[in-house]
Amino acid sequence: MTDTTLFTVNNLWILVAATLVFIMHLGFSTLEAGLVRRKNAVNIIFKNVMILAIGLVSYYIIGFSLMYPGESWNGLIGFSQIGLSLPAGESIGYADGNYTYWTDFIFQAMFAATCCTIVSGAVAERIKLNSFLVICLLFVSISYPITGMWKWGGGWLDQLGFYDFAGSTLVHSVGGWGALAVVYLLGPRLGKYSGKRINPIPGHNIPLAAVGVLLLWFGWFGFNGGSVLSADPDTVSLVFVNTALAGAAGAIGCYFCTGYLFKSNDLSMVLNGILGGLVGITAGADLMSPFESVIIGVIAGVIIPFSVVFFDRIKIDDPVGATSVHLVCGIWGTLAVGIFGSMAGVAQLGYQAIGIVSIGIATLIFIYAITYIVKMTMGLRVSEEIEIEGLDIKEHQIPAYHDLSPA
Amino acid sequence: MKKIEAIIRMSKFEDVKAALAEIDVRFFTLHDVRGYGLQQGEKKIYRGTEYGTEFIERVQMDILTTTEKCPQIVDVILKSGATGSVGDGKIAIHSLDKVYRIRNADQNAEAI
Repeated sequence: MTDTTLFTVNNLWILVAATLVFIMHLGFSTLEAGLVRRKNAVNIIFKNVMILAIGLVSYYIIGFSLMYPGESWNGLIGFSQIGLSLPAGESIGYADGNYTYWTDFIFQAMFAATCCTIVSGAVAERIKLNSFLVICLLFVSISYPITGMWKWGGGWLDQLGFYDFAGSTLVHSVGGWGALAVVYLLGPRLGKYSGKRINPIPGHNIPLAAVGVLLLWFGWFGFNGGSVLSADPDTVSLVFVNTALAGAAGAIGCYFCTGYLFKSNDLSMVLNGILGGLVGITAGADLMSPFESVIIGVIAGVIIPFSVVFFDRIKIDDPVGATSVHLVCGIWGTLAVGIFGSMAGVAQLGYQAIGIVSIGIATLIFIYAITYIVKMTMGLRVSEEIEIEGLDIKEHQIPAYHDLSPA
Repeated sequence: MKKIEAIIRMSKFEDVKAALAEIDVRFFTLHDVRGYGLQQGEKKIYRGTEYGTEFIERVQMDILTTTEKCPQIVDVILKSGATGSVGDGKIAIHSLDKVYRIRNADQNAEAI
């Protein structure tokens, strides 16, 4: 490959895509802030900011090398080097003229932290800050890259035939499994469940949450579009269309389902529906026809209200619906690759299921174990007093909205 | 001197305010309050579960007045604040020892 113009265009697109994925952290921050109570808004943003920081630096130190080790033991685990160093003389030849070594790193690094932002929403309003950061550090630097390597780093799932275009399993359901494990050990917010009753704890700023979801959708064009790993016009443009349609269909499916189930037009549900549709298309955005993308999105949107209520009924308190959006719809999106699109087939469905189960078990075990250790050593939850007063005042010594009168 | 506490519907606030202005009562303190009781407030559903229907949003007006003018004000509020439905609100009258204006230390009738 000697065409440096094409190399520049390809590389440029991946860098733009990396920037778009960065914007998803804005989206996560505002979405989560909007769906928690005012007294915890600073805390949730603090966690999101720190995850981004920890994610980027730890991925630089070891995550990237665990996820793309070059060589591995039986396709299960491998490690290339600490930190980054440009392979000798590699530029246009590094990835066949599609992107540079640095671009490869930064694009993947932007993905890495999202697995932890998924957890941060689910554990909001009651987890100890430093315990959370420790769990995230281990999640993003060890568990996420190893399971990610199994497919994207040439590992055993890749050799098997499992397919995950942009991370319905590798990113979203991994984050979802992690969220489930931590929330299970953490327990629900005080007052959320009393006997059989579910007591809603509404978010303090629904418009902000909506801004967050729209920012996430905005960033998703880079999340999926950049996962083509080149600027190939045909594939990237199809991925854009599928991404847009799946999110839209998710909103529509959720709108009808929520209206039918609860006789309400709950914006927080429809926002989850959009994200569910986007997660659902993420495994196969390059394989689907637009029509199939709409179907996948609608089904994800319909799944959301059922899933949200289900988790509440089994007392998994998830303030933002992360388990429903990322875990359940992540599984759905991964299976959809075996049902729809150009790779559909019974064998493929089997590979998808193997990938879902193996990565699910591995992530659950790892996150459960480290969270359990953190719970026994550092403690997982803030004290009851802090939870009632609000984490902003107690852990951050500042209210989110200083000029407003006390709640 | 009396203090009239009137808890009224938010939707009747403009009517009550206009009616009070007609009898030269233009100054009061406003609170946003919530009533708690058996009457159903607005139905709220969040992520599939109903909640908060035991709270009712209302406005409380605190009016400082002379003992002589008090019955007239109460009468005006009773007429302008009523819709006839359950939940129109309540009026409570307090007797006051003294009322001061902070700017110039006027007292009682001169202070309102």
